[in-house]
Amino acid sequence: MSRKTIKVDYLARVEGEGALNVTIRNGQVSKAELRIFEPPRFFEAFLRGRDYAEAPDVTARICGICPVAYQMSAVHAMENALGIEVEGQLRALRRLLYCGEWIESHALHIYMLHAPDFLGYAGAVDMARDHPDIVKRGLSLKKAGNAIMSLLGGREIHPINVRVGGFYRTPTRKELEPLAETLKQAREDALATVRWTAGLYMPEAERDYHLVALHHPDEYAMNTGRIISNRGLDIAVEDYNRHFVESHVLRSTALHSHLREHDCYLVGPLARYSLNYDQLSYLAREAAKEAGLGVTCTNPFQSIVVRSVEVVYACDEALRIIDEYQEPERPFETAEPKASEGGGCTEAPRGLLFHRYRLDENGGILEAQIVPPTAQNQPSIEADLKDLVGGWLDLPADTLRERCEQTIRNYDPCISCATHFLKLDVRHE
Amino acid sequence: MARSDHKPRLGVWKFASCDGCQLTLLDCEDELLQVAGAVDIAYFPEATRGSVRGTYDLSLVEGSITTLHDAERIQDVRRRSRTLVTIGACATAGGIQALRNFADIDDFMAAVYAHPEYIETLSTSTPIADHVPVDFELRGCPISKQQLLEVVSAYLCGRRPVTPAHSVCLDCKLRGNVCVMVAHGTPCLGPMTHSGCNALCPSYNRGCYGCYGPKENPNAPALSERLDQLGMGRAERLRFYRTFNAWAGPFREESERHEP
Repeated sequence: MSRKTIKVDYLARVEGEGALNVTIRNGQVSKAELRIFEPPRFFEAFLRGRDYAEAPDVTARICGICPVAYQMSAVHAMENALGIEVEGQLRALRRLLYCGEWIESHALHIYMLHAPDFLGYAGAVDMARDHPDIVKRGLSLKKAGNAIMSLLGGREIHPINVRVGGFYRTPTRKELEPLAETLKQAREDALATVRWTAGLYMPEAERDYHLVALHHPDEYAMNTGRIISNRGLDIAVEDYNRHFVESHVLRSTALHSHLREHDCYLVGPLARYSLNYDQLSYLAREAAKEAGLGVTCTNPFQSIVVRSVEVVYACDEALRIIDEYQEPERPFETAEPKASEGGGCTEAPRGLLFHRYRLDENGGILEAQIVPPTAQNQPSIEADLKDLVGGWLDLPADTLRERCEQTIRNYDPCISCATHFLKLDVRHE
Repeated sequence: MARSDHKPRLGVWKFASCDGCQLTLLDCEDELLQVAGAVDIAYFPEATRGSVRGTYDLSLVEGSITTLHDAERIQDVRRRSRTLVTIGACATAGGIQALRNFADIDDFMAAVYAHPEYIETLSTSTPIADHVPVDFELRGCPISKQQLLEVVSAYLCGRRPVTPAHSVCLDCKLRGNVCVMVAHGTPCLGPMTHSGCNALCPSYNRGCYGCYGPKENPNAPALSERLDQLGMGRAERLRFYRTFNAWAGPFREESERHEP
């Protein structure tokens, strides 16, 4: 029996540290295991004994790429526990901040982490030598997302302005207005991004996913809604633990998530797009149509196009919020701490992010649970590889290895989050 | 460095961290391609494929040491680096994950993992300078973009970086902020905290929470007394000092003074 091994020591262009082992026996993939060796940092442990109000700033430090997601899930969980309602303009401002993070994080992934795979470059800096205008457009788009984050959040990484109940300080209309000009240009860049990514070579790969995302009756869900799937799941956020289960496997310092009844599932842009397509803005839907996307998308390689469509949407939505903005009466809502328990789920750029906290009568955290999107997608990444690698065995070794890496980067995996990723080892037995 | 014919080789290394400080380099949207033109980005796995080979003129190190493997890896990084600069609170002070240093690591493992036996970790999270000589420490959680550019350009020109060492208080005065502690009674770590953020939190009506770590020779007991007068209890003060730079000398000592 022939046997060969292809190795990459450390998967690049992902956030964090990990590796991949693929075993091929008689031309069939018998095993595909993602190993995550990002050192654990024990957030759920040291959150115990902290005050409820500290959770947004502490959990932001799980991930420098999507801190707003952590802050949002944390504040929603705390508000759920304490019975605080955040409505009107405060709710809209949160959505605006999230739009900023979606634009920033998606632009980073599309241009700097993912596109080099499609075009055969080691990274965006190399890509910039041949395609300077494309990379500059990506940086400019990213900068527009960051502009929202710095204005509303105070800074791009680990914003300081988010608190349970709202914000420390809300902006004036006058402060927000200049953002509109930036975002109009960003929207043009986003539309150009959709056209550009639609023209990239896409490997054929249709997968039968169980897609899971947040759904809201009135909007493309970001902060609130019910958790739904394309196979009939429709649950309240508070019931998360009745349907999802986390397990600890030897190969990963990030816990794996499964649905009790259905095993592995997919969260992130493909799931959001396919489940909530009708709620995208007109411009985003038109751009998707022009790019040749249907109303659902299950080719993981096309996630780069779907992310681009979501950037169009986020620019549109941010512009709408800024246009309709009226300064709220007060920057935050409050409630007395009480012994309670609450869960919150929001759509991080990479997908569903669930937080749950149990509090004592003084608002001290007794128990914390954080389930990041990459942890939920780990089994799905492994399933993709198991399903797809078999069809690529005729590819030259280097191309095969690169294709495997690309398959993983389709997910924009954030390993810092998930452990709260990648050495590639393809073994032919 | 700048005078030699070859472009200086830059390495960006990650240990236990959130990736935010190295992202700061990618967040320099206006300057990134210029920086990339001035240096040879020889190792930066978050941004580019490429392998660890040879030596580096400038290494930026993010993250803290929390595993035996990383304790060995940093020795290798030091050997390969002419100049080694640590970036961010994890690398300069152990980061938020240094909260384990005050606790029992077995309790921490049991709280997060069903199979603690699968996990290989040290009982402490320590700054890079505890393990190898460091040429310059850039503070912050996260670091400031301007200060990062200052560090990179300083090393490209062969000079020491200039980063002010005063407290956040002075930045507040320079910005014309009303003091949140004096005027509103809001607890603020500004008097003890190293400059770097341009007094961000007080500018948003909140107290500083110490992202840039302690300044040199702070008067911690005086601040604790003031916080006490503002009605901040002992346990609350302990937590106040114990966040992203919990293991940095003055914050650590003052928090330990508040232990029950």
